[in-house]
Amino acid sequence: MSYNAFITRETIESDTEGPLTDKTVAVKDNISTEGVRTTCGSAMLEEYVPPYDATVVQRLKEAGATIPGKTNMDEFGMGTTTETSAFGPTDNPAAEGRVPGGSSGGSAAAVAAGEADLALGTDTGGSVRCPAAFTGTVGIKPTYGLVSRYGLIAYANSLEQIGPIAPSVEEAAELLEVIAGPDDRDATTREAPGDGAYVEAADGDVEGLEIGIPTELLDGADERVVETFWEAIDELEAKGASYHEVSMESLQHAVEAYYVIAMSEASSNLARFDGVRYGPTQEYEGNWNEEFAAVREEGFGEEVKRRILLGTYALSAGYHDKYYKQAQDARAWVKQDFDSALEAADVLASPTMPVPPMERGESLDDPLTMYLADANTTPVNLANLPAISVPAGETSDGLPVGLQLIGPAFGEKTIIRAGSALA
Amino acid sequence: MSDSAVDPDEVRHVADLARVDLAEEELERFAEQFGEILDAFETLEEVPEVEREADLVNVMRPDERRASLDQEQALQNADDEEGFFKGPKVS
Repeated sequence: MSYNAFITRETIESDTEGPLTDKTVAVKDNISTEGVRTTCGSAMLEEYVPPYDATVVQRLKEAGATIPGKTNMDEFGMGTTTETSAFGPTDNPAAEGRVPGGSSGGSAAAVAAGEADLALGTDTGGSVRCPAAFTGTVGIKPTYGLVSRYGLIAYANSLEQIGPIAPSVEEAAELLEVIAGPDDRDATTREAPGDGAYVEAADGDVEGLEIGIPTELLDGADERVVETFWEAIDELEAKGASYHEVSMESLQHAVEAYYVIAMSEASSNLARFDGVRYGPTQEYEGNWNEEFAAVREEGFGEEVKRRILLGTYALSAGYHDKYYKQAQDARAWVKQDFDSALEAADVLASPTMPVPPMERGESLDDPLTMYLADANTTPVNLANLPAISVPAGETSDGLPVGLQLIGPAFGEKTIIRAGSALA
Repeated sequence: MSDSAVDPDEVRHVADLARVDLAEEELERFAEQFGEILDAFETLEEVPEVEREADLVNVMRPDERRASLDQEQALQNADDEEGFFKGPKVS
């Protein structure tokens, strides 16, 4: 238990044979598992036991996988360090004493420590890719609509996808193959073009691959990270890829747009936590509004309250046009910028995170600095695109650095192929 | 921290709208932090108006009855009151 990667260790066995027989797949604790408590890292759901499985959990069971437990996470996915969990922080097996990234830090730590073969995380603004980068593992954020969100406890519906974390690109692709595909219980899923054969795409062949590098995603990044990033690009070049730099002006506004949209959606989504259908039981004295406000003070941690309030503010009368509408314009602009950059490149590359893993406890007092650390991952969610984080190497002081490769919509095979040249 | 801290009364108003009680110290901290965060959000004013051409279609299914949770399952996480959810008085 030393890394605190799991909130609940309870084995869920499969009764069939399949591609994941003999594999353990840890599941992030915001993904519903029938009969096994699912907390979202929150005191609000400390005793919540879902009466049904998420579609991805059903697919794991059908593929023969064993689930060893539910992994630790930032409360409701709101964080970049896995320190906002009501169940204590997770340590980083690849850099002890530092954060494992977030919000799927428990999933990444479980894989990095060998406590699970593979894991599922969720990525709303980088929550799969960031912990993969910080723990030296591989993480994929699929194209919006490739993987069903049925049974995922929502934070920001229009942005999030469930994605795999694994020691290698090939294994991540194997897990993606199992969970991908349309689901009649999630109307935002669709049949992806192509054959969906992600594993065979992991052949490491980057001969002729054209890589675009958005300069905005290098500006302001830590020097040690940038150095390691270029070493990884050199390696891809040595294997036959070539690169060019590209400017994408819209990216300067992406992280702010992301937070306005994510917080606005969160303020609405989290209204369901009223202490009536689930959550801490109250002895009722006041009226509905008073009891509702009291249970939410008790059940939510500070970061969750902060985001609900800021989202409520951004949507409130008089501020909607100033924040939310502008953020939607920025989202459309980011999308267009990606489309044109991907006309001249097969993939776009950047450091996954602009900084190496922070020391534990360092970033909690300064929310804005923590938000800005998501500058490189959030644009991808705004544009609904797929991206992979693969280990790029280590800084000279031994800290893991991730390389992010972004592809066109439903271009999972392209990013898997490119990433497999490195891991 | 920021020079542009928002008024604690404004934070209290938003907390009321969101139905979240706040401790006094939390309220003061939020008032200070929100100034800095909202300043960052205000840079979105520089974003030009963008043509949003969503190339999407609705996905519909026939509205048919199908299996769902039974009453016992639906109530299993609640403070059950003889087959009902038990809530506070409405007003």
